[in-house]
Amino acid sequence: MTPVLDLQGVAFAYPDGHQALFGVDLHVHPGERVALLGPNGAGKTTLVLHLNGILSAESGHGAGSVRVSGLPVTKKNLAEIRRRVGIVFQDPDDQLFMGSVRADVAFGPANLGLRGAALDKRVMDALEQVGMAEFADRPPHHLSFGQRRRVAVATVLAMEPEILVLDEPSSNLDPASRRELADILRSLDVTVLMVTHDLPYALELCPRSVVLSGGRVVADGRTYDVLTDDELMRAHRLELPWGFDPRSIPVDSLPG
Amino acid sequence: MGAGHGHRLHFHGHSVVHRAPAHLKILALLAFVLVVVATPRDWYAAYAVHLAILLGVVAASRVPLGYLLPRMVIEVPFLLFAALIPFIAEGPQVAVALPGGWELSVSEPGLLAAWGLAAKGTLGVLASLTLAATTEPDAVLRGLQRLRMPELLVQIMAFMVRYLDVVTADLGRMLTAMRSRGADPRSPRHWPALARTLGALFVRSYERGERVHLAMLSRGYDGRLPDVEGAR
Ligand SMILES: Nc1ncnc2c1ncn2[C@@H]1O[C@H](COP(=O)(O)OP(=O)(O)O)[C@@H](O)[C@H]1O
Ligand SMILES: [Mg+2]
Repeated sequence: MTPVLDLQGVAFAYPDGHQALFGVDLHVHPGERVALLGPNGAGKTTLVLHLNGILSAESGHGAGSVRVSGLPVTKKNLAEIRRRVGIVFQDPDDQLFMGSVRADVAFGPANLGLRGAALDKRVMDALEQVGMAEFADRPPHHLSFGQRRRVAVATVLAMEPEILVLDEPSSNLDPASRRELADILRSLDVTVLMVTHDLPYALELCPRSVVLSGGRVVADGRTYDVLTDDELMRAHRLELPWGFDPRSIPVDSLPG
Repeated sequence: MGAGHGHRLHFHGHSVVHRAPAHLKILALLAFVLVVVATPRDWYAAYAVHLAILLGVVAASRVPLGYLLPRMVIEVPFLLFAALIPFIAEGPQVAVALPGGWELSVSEPGLLAAWGLAAKGTLGVLASLTLAATTEPDAVLRGLQRLRMPELLVQIMAFMVRYLDVVTADLGRMLTAMRSRGADPRSPRHWPALARTLGALFVRSYERGERVHLAMLSRGYDGRLPDVEGAR
């Protein structure tokens, strides 16, 4: 089976010389939900920007290769790559830039050439999936933060991506919005790569976790095993919230 | 954050004026302003007609004058400048009687110029405010698009409308943070700190611009805003 994401030896230095990634290997298979964990500055966002060719060896000093369902990420393939890889950025205000929720969700599919009724259906289906259909005609900046985050997810779902990549999806959400987003993510029938340092969220949603630290992959395994490996956790500044113990969670309530 | 209204000038309503197509309203505003500007300053009756037409439109839009008038403060610096002209302009002088037996000698052409400037300015501002009060910013932009305004300008204006609130909220938070640490942004003693804050705001907004651009590229943006009209 071709992996959805296939990264081999991805290294990258920003133009100012700062080396953010040192040879990352990563495979994500269809239908998987994978958490990408790591402390601040580990290079998680830098890695995400490689997945759809925003950053690549061409835009700095880099090496290695990224393939999406077998298609290499190169300038020539960018349009198709960006359809296949849907990235939800950390700040919804960066992602929602049109005058209405509907226009914002339509932006991606319209760039793919959809028009008229087909476009409208795509938009409403995506909004339906995140429970925001009734807000279609509101300006995004009048929505609550949690609602904007959900619309941001819809803008990407509307492109029918093969993999959904979320950068810190639970940041700044209140507990109820955080749980609602988890329900939505669980209900989606799509491969997910979720960047987070919300460890309970990773345990709740993702059977598998990859730990990135100092620009290198230092662990890749079952989320439960990663979170209960005290030595690994300490070595890479990963800390569970106070009072949270993965061992106390009934095994059959874990995903996967 | 960003909870403010993107349309502080908009007055919600369903009148004929509200429902009229935006591009027609823009054209009407443009025509009105051109006619007003072209009207010679001493055709006083014509100004009365202009004002009557404008007030007629305002009445039809059911936007209360009490809503529009306070928003005309943007015109104040302009009026102050107009008020100065009679005192600094050359030409024959006329005496204006003031209460209390005083007399003020001012330039006659200057007085006429001041009247012209004030009348034209006021009519123009009131007409523009009426458009803004009856048309959502989004509709104005689509109207401009229909009038074949260059795509790039429309895009720039659209982003201005969208991010004005976000940037204002950013600024608000930074000023609050300044005040919380004992600096008063209004006191000249703290102007250096204010300047640094504004500099930081500029950098933040610039970086946000870059992030928005990345988000656009990620969804297939190729330099042209796609036509999302179908999805309405
Ligand atoms: N535009 C940039 N120019 C230079 N260095 C950067 C840039 N963006 C990020 N970095 C650096 O690269 C490293 C990884 O950053 P990032 O990928 O944002 O980490 P994370 O998302 O894991 O917190 C950090 O040390 C950061 O300072
Ligand atoms: Mg990051």
